[in-house]
Amino acid sequence: MVQFLSPDGTYGVPAEYAEYGKIIADLKEEDFLKFYRHMSRMRRFDVEATALQRQGQLGLWVPAVGQEAAQIGSGHAVGKNDHIFPSYREHGVAITHDIDLMAVLKMLRGVNHGGWNPDETRFHLYAIVLGTQVIHATGYAMGVTLDGKVGTGFTERDEAVITYFGDGATAEGEISESFLFAAINKAPLVFFCQNNQWAISSSVETQTTVPLYQRGAGFGVPGIRIDGNDVLASYAVTKKHMDDARNGGGPFMIEALTYRIGAHTTSDDPTKYRSQEEVDYWTARDPIARLEKFLRRQGIGDSFFEKCDEENEIMAGEIRAQTFALQAPPIENMFQHVYSESHPLIEEQAAWLKGYEASFETDGSTSTEGGAA
Amino acid sequence: MSNTVEMTIVKAINAGLRMAMADNDKVLVFGEDVAQLGGVFRVTEGILAEFGPKRIFNSPIAEAGIVGTGVGLAMRGYRPVAEIQFDGFIFPAFNQITTQVAKMQNRSEGATKMPMVIRVPFGGGIGAIEHHSESPEAYFAHTPGLRVITPSNPNDAYWMIQQAIASEDPVLFFEPKRRYWQKGMVDLDNPPAGMHEAAVLRQGTDVTIAAYGPMVATALQAAEIGATEGRSIEVIDMRSMSPIDYATILESVKKTGRLIVTHEANTNVSVSSEVAARVAELAFYHLEAPVLRVGGWDVPYPAAKLEEKFLPDADRLLEAVDRSMGY
Repeated sequence: MVQFLSPDGTYGVPAEYAEYGKIIADLKEEDFLKFYRHMSRMRRFDVEATALQRQGQLGLWVPAVGQEAAQIGSGHAVGKNDHIFPSYREHGVAITHDIDLMAVLKMLRGVNHGGWNPDETRFHLYAIVLGTQVIHATGYAMGVTLDGKVGTGFTERDEAVITYFGDGATAEGEISESFLFAAINKAPLVFFCQNNQWAISSSVETQTTVPLYQRGAGFGVPGIRIDGNDVLASYAVTKKHMDDARNGGGPFMIEALTYRIGAHTTSDDPTKYRSQEEVDYWTARDPIARLEKFLRRQGIGDSFFEKCDEENEIMAGEIRAQTFALQAPPIENMFQHVYSESHPLIEEQAAWLKGYEASFETDGSTSTEGGAA
Repeated sequence: MSNTVEMTIVKAINAGLRMAMADNDKVLVFGEDVAQLGGVFRVTEGILAEFGPKRIFNSPIAEAGIVGTGVGLAMRGYRPVAEIQFDGFIFPAFNQITTQVAKMQNRSEGATKMPMVIRVPFGGGIGAIEHHSESPEAYFAHTPGLRVITPSNPNDAYWMIQQAIASEDPVLFFEPKRRYWQKGMVDLDNPPAGMHEAAVLRQGTDVTIAAYGPMVATALQAAEIGATEGRSIEVIDMRSMSPIDYATILESVKKTGRLIVTHEANTNVSVSSEVAARVAELAFYHLEAPVLRVGGWDVPYPAAKLEEKFLPDADRLLEAVDRSMGY
């Protein structure tokens, strides 16, 4: 398992991972600080969103507490021409790509199904049906190859694709099919599996008998396991394999071993299926605390961490206010964007509902006859 | 003077695909055995030689993967034309088609179009083994976000495949398998109609038969026989199962007062069920008889030795005509 930061914040590069270590050696202090800033923002955002759900302001929240290193490290390793296909827990990756976090909350409040533009952000929409996004990423990466944007040697031009999924999703057939399609097409694709060890209530031990990073090997997709709570491992290994993919090396799989400290969603009760001892064990390996210890040893003082806290409090306040201000969309939104070209049935139904709704507005009665009476 | 050529439906789809591929280099054709072999029905024969392996390629035998990679390619700006080898093999891709292809445009609030065509040879009558004779169109006609069409003749096949590829929306393009080798004149200059417009193929005054895909030929045959028995039967080729061109059907029903809807698919909760319900709503006072449905029985598609008794034929249509006229 690739690890550069041990749980007590000690930094070291094992000889066998020297190639990844070189990538970390290229990082500047501001990069480490950015990692911390984004990880702490992701945590604070998560805490705020959970509170908003508990107060009835969100229909559901999907916490990612504990997975900050896996997401922020890998997210920052994605190049400016690259493309990201997330599952539905990648709020941290969204932060690394400047996605408006309110767009994520809109979904969870029930305002829309995902309101950002994937072409502009290169961060595709959340996928709720497990594994569907992985085969989309595969097709997209095949398209990158068809476009001649792989292995040209021009780093300004070449592109790669990364897709995120969890340990639970690896059971989906589409992910096995993705390994196959990616391998035979030598697609520029990194499969990034966050093994948070729980698929709702099923532990990873009950879902696979072979380590997940080996899952792609039989299809021709090599893999490696990293300590998913080590942001430096997440960054360096992702960077290396995105670069390789962009340069024509074909697909690769990264299994980031992490832990879902929170519930699967706010509808879940993890006390029914796992022990407090286990949660405590992983809480002691918290990725943010680990990075903080490392940074303090590098001489980063209280003022930086206090400033992060302040910024995060401001962000949380804004998120809160904006969530409260989110209104239900207009009724006609339901009928929009079902098709991009005219469809008589939908137009007819939209028109009927509009007239029906208007019938209540005119005289306040419940007549269905357009208020004419 | 139009430029017309006689060809089979297979050749017409092939020619239409070539036109679309020549017109737009983002059009890609893929699926099982489509490249060197030209598909098991040879619909894509010769396309590899003309357009090369970047435009047409074989996919692994993984239907979810075929459609799922098609979604990714469409996101990338391509216009995928994916072939599902047989109707009964579409179900491994059902999740991708219904939860992803159909909904991507809606999910993204219009930011991500899904200009994808899924070609499916469908229907029975070729003496095949299980899963090679099915008519699954109702599943897809039921799903918002999809367009579902089927040609019944070479001219429509040539034009409708091009119209489907040009559409910004995903289109399920069902090909009437047992009519693949039916010949007809193709007008290479002028499309007959939009891909969602129904066509009145034969005028009549007593009763209307609305059919689509492989059943159109059967309906025309029934009308021919019926004429010898003094029945004046109007035949409509619906051409599109989603959306359905009700204007053409209603106009006909207002004239004849009687409607029979036919297809090979199981009749229960089918396209004909929907047409019957809508026509009853919209033309109740014009109807002289209840709308009748003549479709496949509500059983799994039978072994080939029994398919003649499963598929509606001209006699069953004429029996329905008699029943309709009896009201």
